[in-house]
Amino acid sequence: MSFKRKDLLGIEDLSPEEIYFILDTAKSFRQILDRSIKKVPTLRGKTVANLFFEPSTRTRISFELAAKRLNADVVSFSSSTSSVVKGESLLDTVKNIMAMRVDCFILRHPTPGAPHILAKNLPISVINAGDGSHEHPTQALLDLYTIREKRGKFKDLQVVIIGDIAHSRVARSDIWALSKLGAKVRICGPPTLIPPQIEKMGVKVFYSVKEAIRGVDVVMMLRIQKERQNKCFFPSLREYREFFSLNEERLGLAKSGAMLMHPGPVNRGIELPVSLVDGKRSVILNQVTNGIAVRMAVLYLLLGRKR
Amino acid sequence: MKLMNKEQMGKIILKLSEDILRENKDVQNLCIVGIQRRGTVLGERISKIIGKIKGRDIPTGSMDITFYRDDLSRIAYQPVARGTDIPFPVDDAQIILVDDVLYTGRTVRAAIDSLLDLGRPRKVELAVLIDRGHRELPIQPQYVGRKVSTSSKEMVEVRVEEIDGKEEVLLLKRNEK
Repeated sequence: MSFKRKDLLGIEDLSPEEIYFILDTAKSFRQILDRSIKKVPTLRGKTVANLFFEPSTRTRISFELAAKRLNADVVSFSSSTSSVVKGESLLDTVKNIMAMRVDCFILRHPTPGAPHILAKNLPISVINAGDGSHEHPTQALLDLYTIREKRGKFKDLQVVIIGDIAHSRVARSDIWALSKLGAKVRICGPPTLIPPQIEKMGVKVFYSVKEAIRGVDVVMMLRIQKERQNKCFFPSLREYREFFSLNEERLGLAKSGAMLMHPGPVNRGIELPVSLVDGKRSVILNQVTNGIAVRMAVLYLLLGRKR
Repeated sequence: MKLMNKEQMGKIILKLSEDILRENKDVQNLCIVGIQRRGTVLGERISKIIGKIKGRDIPTGSMDITFYRDDLSRIAYQPVARGTDIPFPVDDAQIILVDDVLYTGRTVRAAIDSLLDLGRPRKVELAVLIDRGHRELPIQPQYVGRKVSTSSKEMVEVRVEEIDGKEEVLLLKRNEK
């Protein structure tokens, strides 16, 4: 199998073979992160532009480090300090940056489909680092990598995703990714945060955490997006916590040794109590480390060959 | 055309091991690193022979040079990276790099760079089963199984039991498989 894509826009159109190819490649890069010289010359001479139109800590630093570990040059851009404020359009902005001879755009944008527009209009690679509530493919890939590292396989693995499914690009990418590889996905949240017809993605919907979590191998918690709180998706944070947060007792209903994941940033004390974030089930920081390896693999597969 | 059969390969690997021992009487710091994939297999065999003669285990690892290639921007599809596994400290070690065929020297250049990113070995030497000439870099092997004169239209293919299910060395025309 070989990787032929110009862009990584989402998980939805990836084949299981392509997903495994990325994960296998990431494994070789993961080793490099534990060395004292954490750098390989693979993408020497390439330039990667990070374009972030939304706030981000993890994804942005992770992509930046991934590119640097591969010896690529990185330029970073955030919309708040750019000419976007003066009214320059997205396509004009990227065409100008491309005229400075960059080889790849990494785009985070609040509008679903924004990276697809760039990919269609530009000859260079585009990586989706989160487009609205649509997809966040590298997050799903790093989640897969972390699960595979601990469990070895996906077939018939039971995974539950709990929280604001409706606004979550991570949930969407993870559901596609896990289902493609044979895992069984459950989702759980207040009815107002479960998108209609989500069953068509092949998931089972639960409205009670206790029922959803029973017997699962992996518990994935999502951040409750406080910025959307005043839109009346649920009555109060306190009520949300009462019904949909995780605690020792609820986690105890999962399989023994179940792993606890969270894409970050965590609202400590809301969806997750402090004791669980730092507890022995938590692989949240492993996810972060693996994220660099996965992004190195994606950059290498897109940029490290003749076009 | 067949250059070697199983028996001849066995003899040459034995000879390589003895040559290495002649130059490295003290195997205290001796380590062997095979270049993926067939170099890894050959490296393990050499390590076993030396280990048997000296009565001690010789640390052995394998190295994938994919990320250090100098032609990534020229190839259409990347090879599968198979990972580097060097389970011993490289600092101050006397390392024997092992590969099946030495040709342009570019793979060995990549392997040396990769090795130096892991630490500072005291010495690095190169052992190859076949040296087919046509160097494009100043790389010189210390231990050579057999020198074969070839044209650039030919290729040398080493096959080993562990990967290919049989043992032989072939000289082929390009595109003839």
